[in-house]
Amino acid sequence: MHVFADQTNLDAYVSGFLWILKLTGASAFFALVLGVLLAAFRVSPVPVLRGVGAAWVNIFRNTPLTLIVLFCYFGLFSTLGLSFSDELDLNNYWLGVVGLSVYTAAFVCEAVRSGINTVPAGQAEAARAIGLTFFQTLRIVILPQAGRAVVAPLGSVLIALCKNATIVGTIGLIEASSVMKDLINSNGDAVIPIFLVFAGTFAALLIPTGYFFGWLANRMAVKR
Amino acid sequence: MRMKRVAAVAMAAALSFGMAACGGDSDGESGGSGAKGIVGKAQNQKKLVIGVKADQPGLGLQTGSTYEGFDVEIAKIIAKGLGVEAGSIEWKTTVSANREPFIQQGTVDLVVATYTINDERKQKISFAGPYFIAGQDLLVKADSTLAGPEGLDGKTVCSVTGSTPAKRIQTEHPKAKLQQFDSYSKCLPLLENGQVDAVTTDDIILAGYAAQEQYAGKFKVVGKPFSTEPYGIGLKKDDKDGCEKVNEILKAAASDGSYKAAWDSTLGKSGKAAPELDTTKLTNCGSV
Repeated sequence: MHVFADQTNLDAYVSGFLWILKLTGASAFFALVLGVLLAAFRVSPVPVLRGVGAAWVNIFRNTPLTLIVLFCYFGLFSTLGLSFSDELDLNNYWLGVVGLSVYTAAFVCEAVRSGINTVPAGQAEAARAIGLTFFQTLRIVILPQAGRAVVAPLGSVLIALCKNATIVGTIGLIEASSVMKDLINSNGDAVIPIFLVFAGTFAALLIPTGYFFGWLANRMAVKR
Repeated sequence: MRMKRVAAVAMAAALSFGMAACGGDSDGESGGSGAKGIVGKAQNQKKLVIGVKADQPGLGLQTGSTYEGFDVEIAKIIAKGLGVEAGSIEWKTTVSANREPFIQQGTVDLVVATYTINDERKQKISFAGPYFIAGQDLLVKADSTLAGPEGLDGKTVCSVTGSTPAKRIQTEHPKAKLQQFDSYSKCLPLLENGQVDAVTTDDIILAGYAAQEQYAGKFKVVGKPFSTEPYGIGLKKDDKDGCEKVNEILKAAASDGSYKAAWDSTLGKSGKAAPELDTTKLTNCGSV
């Protein structure tokens, strides 16, 4: 454990995981908003919106996250000049958030859409019968019931998102996996302890998250 | 118990994947009768296995199935001096982390791969050379006014995560902003578009990147190296004869012009004149 007794190494470890948490938090928020919107697109009566939703999901779900994140850096930032901050780390962070959100939104969309499919068709028909518009039906009747059905799948998406956040290391944000690589590079005699600490920290963050979403899913489920 | 052991082995295997295996000291039998080491192998088998880099333009770059660059030319000169034709050399790609294990385990006979001579490495292998003295430098746009590392405060520098050049910037120029990637080639488009002000690593590597066709004339190496990296030729620790022979070949190459020819056909294209090979600085091959 001599590696983590060193203050600079300890600081690097802490800041690495703080980046992971910040990436996860911001991306989860944007992915949820975007994903629900896309799900609404996919079930809407307008063919163009359905097309946009389907294209988004098919393109981003089937493109490796590494490519998306690299594109955010070299395409959006380097070539097109989209810059979020003069601060190097913050700029890399927001570019990473864009990539993670765009990617994760595709999975959130599909989870929410599967939830919508669990709502009996009669609910939508009844809503229409009393004169609600499509968006009123979605907002007041369908999504509240669909959301309760997809708590557990969304939990899995969140857990995947947290681990995927390590990809942002490829565009130069020194997050946990970059810190681990760096520590192993300079402490070749302590490879196993370093690995166990990093893997253990991820497990310590994510196992409780999994249990929490399991518990919440049980509580929220619509008993039919 | 058994499961535990299987799990431990699997984990160890997973961990060592992608990292350098810190190999043991298996002394491969090289050569048959007479001379031992690489001299003997070259005499008896008329072939050599040489480790070079595959991703460094101008130094060691793999194009298709062939390798080209200054390191590769130097390796050819050495092979020729040992009596091995260029066509009989078996090239092997090495990366920075696996060079010592490859030499120790006999996977390669020689390594010519931007290999800085230092004491830590000398404990495991021995070095002939140096055939070139590199130094950490900056690559900037052709019209940049950046004149050296002192001017880096507040500027953005690009380097490789955890590399010695990156660490030196962090400790000696903490006011510079450091963008880190897993390879130098990712830094170049950023330098071209102006998102970073400089790229830093050994000058010779930077010259190689600057000499690439798509960047010709766009970049320049500042030319004020702020470290010393003598590049040597790595070979087995006990192969003193081989080491001395390689040094002799280098001496001959310096005087008969083949060293300059090797430079001119590769890195010389970046516009830099051939350096003098200072034969007085060659290593003593382990003898005190």
